[in-house]
Parts: sequence; structure tokens; C-alpha cells
Amino acid sequence: MGRVVYLAGKVGAMVTDCCHTSGGVFLLLGDTLRSMFRYRIRWDQLLEQMYFIGIRSQVVVLTTGAFTGAVFAAQVWFQFKRFGMESAIGPTVSIAMCRELGPVLCCLLLAGRVGAAMAAELSSMKITEQVDALRALGVYPVEYLIVPRFLALVISAPILTALALVTGIGCGYFVAVKIFGVDGAYYWDNTIKFTDRKDVMIALIKSFIFGVIIATIACHKGMNCPPGTAGVGRTTTEAVVNASITLLIVNFFLTVLLNALLYSN
Amino acid sequence: MLELQGIKKKLGGQAVLRGVNLKVAPAEKVVVIGRSGSGKSVMLRLIMGLLRPEAGAVCFEGTRLTGLNEEAWNPYRRKIGMLFQGSALFDSLSVFDNLAFPLREDGEKSVKVLREKVEEALKIVSLSGTEQVMPAELSGGMKKRAALARAIIRKPDLMLYDEPTTGLDPIVADSINRLILHLGKMFGMASIVVTHDMTSARKVGDRIAYLHEGKIYFEGTPAEVDQCEDPLVRDFVRGHAEGTDVTG
Repeated sequence: MGRVVYLAGKVGAMVTDCCHTSGGVFLLLGDTLRSMFRYRIRWDQLLEQMYFIGIRSQVVVLTTGAFTGAVFAAQVWFQFKRFGMESAIGPTVSIAMCRELGPVLCCLLLAGRVGAAMAAELSSMKITEQVDALRALGVYPVEYLIVPRFLALVISAPILTALALVTGIGCGYFVAVKIFGVDGAYYWDNTIKFTDRKDVMIALIKSFIFGVIIATIACHKGMNCPPGTAGVGRTTTEAVVNASITLLIVNFFLTVLLNALLYSN
Repeated sequence: MLELQGIKKKLGGQAVLRGVNLKVAPAEKVVVIGRSGSGKSVMLRLIMGLLRPEAGAVCFEGTRLTGLNEEAWNPYRRKIGMLFQGSALFDSLSVFDNLAFPLREDGEKSVKVLREKVEEALKIVSLSGTEQVMPAELSGGMKKRAALARAIIRKPDLMLYDEPTTGLDPIVADSINRLILHLGKMFGMASIVVTHDMTSARKVGDRIAYLHEGKIYFEGTPAEVDQCEDPLVRDFVRGHAEGTDVTG
């Protein structure tokens, strides 16, 4: 009986903690959106963040996109050649990249690279009283620290995803046509024929929403870092893990929702 | 100028301040002493609006600040400077940009004016020539002085000092004490200095307040504090651990 009560207590504490954190994340999101319209946009900060998030993440994202497309094309070729369906490799790779692999993998990498950096930087500022110093100087931290990071990520994520799609589909073509000898004309023709504009829209909408998720969770974690250097480490890890898991869960619901909305006719 | 009326504050469910009353007159230098964890820094944060009290009020220049929202606080924050315990310089900005930060926030765009004001503030704290240095390259004492220059660049009416001499060698600590006195004279600003360094307290304070168990337990001039026969105050002032739970 005692064990059951203990377990129930643990589960209850976890649920309470989860609700408390989720509430905090939503409140921060609301505050960020409000601050975006209430205060002037700090263009210098925004450009700096876009450089860090957008430009500096390109190598990682392009490499991921390229090899995901290449591996996927190879795997599909191994299976499809048994049925003589090599000409369907192009659209399969393209649709899979647009609808799932491109946005999900690109944003998982952004959660790891950018989310971790955001959480670590903000939590370091928090524990060294720099966030308090901002407030003491009459600057609202959400406006100064979070809005530029948030905007930079939600703008950069769809652009980086688009780049990942292009390289993924391009590398898929290279593997299928140049290495496995699939007919290039059929490959492109089928790719263009079966890849809809809506597939690209799904990729961009998903990556935009994933950008919102990563930025909000990472900033919330950073701004609520417990004191001490151990707190910074734990905060950074939790930011990446929470953002990645949330992203994967939300991806399922987005997939269902976007398919229902875009392909209902 | 500043009045704390029955301030109560809990942190982590524990009562830190249990009804603090304190008045600071214009140009007066009040030192708040007390044991570690007695709530001295919390008191400064409440004055600055970085924390909100559970009860009581902070009144500054006749305005009740408690209850104001974050945006309404900001005009008053511009009249109050704060030196943080860990300096809290923005580590991604150079010393020049750290000092120019509050001025830029006030809308100052002229590079010439910014340069002049930064140079003037750095000269006051004897840090001329460090404009392009990053905070990580400064020593502890230099960081404190740079942070002090940033805090006074708006020429506030009230300065809050959170442990200004902690972690500094006696010579550097003395230079900070002199600086606090000098700034008070130069700009006529009132000061609240939180410290447990009695040398510093005697040197800079017009009045010393001893914070104990969340309340101002004793208030007086430095001479009155030194002559106080109350065992709690006497032990603190003389640095005696007798009768104190040293394990706590």
C-alpha cells in the first residue's frame, strides 16, 4: 500500500511539474509575441542571431540533408528494383524529404545545435546576474534577449529546411542516377509529376512550427536555470531533450492535421 | 527619498524578510550589515523591483513602487543604479559597449556624446583606456569598477551596492570604498551598501542598520554600532563566533 502511495506521489509530482513547465513555456510564448509588437525590433541582435542560427548552421544542415537523401535513395532503390519500380524512387525520396525527413531531421539538428547554445547562453547570463542587470537598467529581458532569438529561429528554420530538401533531393538523384544507373529523365519527370506544391508547404509549415517550439523551450529553460554551473549543464541537456521530444510528438499531430487540411479534397 | 514599509518576502517557502522598515534620506549613505543569508541582497532586489514583496511597500521619491508592473518600474530604475555582487557586466560586450548600453537605451545615438560620457565615467573609476577590453580580460576589482561606472553613467539619485568589496584584496576594497564616498560627494546621490565587511561599513556609512532574522534589529551611526552592547550586534561587529552555532 505504502509503495502504491509512494508511486502515486511520484507520478503526481511529475504531472504537476510537467503542467508547471508547459504553463511557463506557453506564458513565455505569449510574452514573446506580445513583446514583438509592443517594443521595437532590435535589428542588430536579430541579424547577429540569424547569422549564428542561419549561416553557421548551414554546413550541419546541408550535410544532414545530403546524406539523408542519399541513404534514402539507396534504400528505396534496393527495395524497388526487386519490383522494377526504379522510376518511382525520385518521387518517393522527394515526398519523404518534404513531408518528414527534411523538416524533422533539420529541426532536430537545430534543437541540438541552436537550442543548446540558446539555453546555455541564457542560463549563463541568468546565473551571472546579467539578466537582472538588464532589468536594473530598465530593459525588459524578453524583448532584448528572447525576441531576437525567437524571430531568428522561426525565420531560419524554414530556410534551412528548404536547403536541406534541395540537397537531399539532389543527392538522392545523384545516388539513384549516377551510382545505381536509374534513368535520369524518368527520375526527374516522376519527381516533378508526383511532388506537389503542398508537400513543400508541409515542410515549411512544419519547420516554422518546430522553430517556435525549439526557441520557446530553449529560452524558457535558459531563463529559469537553477543557480550554479551544474544548473547550466542540466538546463542545456533538458532544453535539447524536451525540444526534441516535443518536436517529434507535435510532428505526428501536425502530419495528421496538415494532411487533413491540405489533402481533404 | 526611499522608504521600505514592513517589507516581507519568502523565498522557497522560507521567510527571508519579516517586516523590514528603513528610510533613506537624499545624499545619505546607509550600510546594511547582517550575517550571510540574512536577506540583505534580497532587500536590494526588492528595492530595484527584481523581486516582489509578499507584503509591505517600497516608496521612492514619494511614489509607491510596489504593485507597479515591469514597464511602469522602468522609469524609476533609471533613477536607481545597482552594483551587483558579481559585477554582472555583459560578457559579450566590450567595456565601452557595457557603459554605453544604458545611454543607448535612453536614446543617445551620437557616438561623440557616448564616447565623452563613457570616458568621463571610466575616468571617475580610474579605468581610462579600457574601452575596448572585454570583461573577461579584467581583474575582479576592475570588473567591479567598470560595473560601477556603468551604474553611475546615468547619474542616478540612489545607488545600491551589493557586497561591493567581497572577494577583493584590502587595497582594492579600500579603493572601492573611497569610490563610493567620492561618488556620493560628486553627484550627491544617496546610497545603500549591503556588506558584512565592517571596515567598509564604518568607512562609507553615515548610518548602519543591522539586519537580523528578517528585520532591522539595530540602527545607528558607525560609532553607536561600535559601542552597542547588544550581544548579537557586538558579536557581529567584532567578528566573534561565541554563542553562535558555527555548524549552521
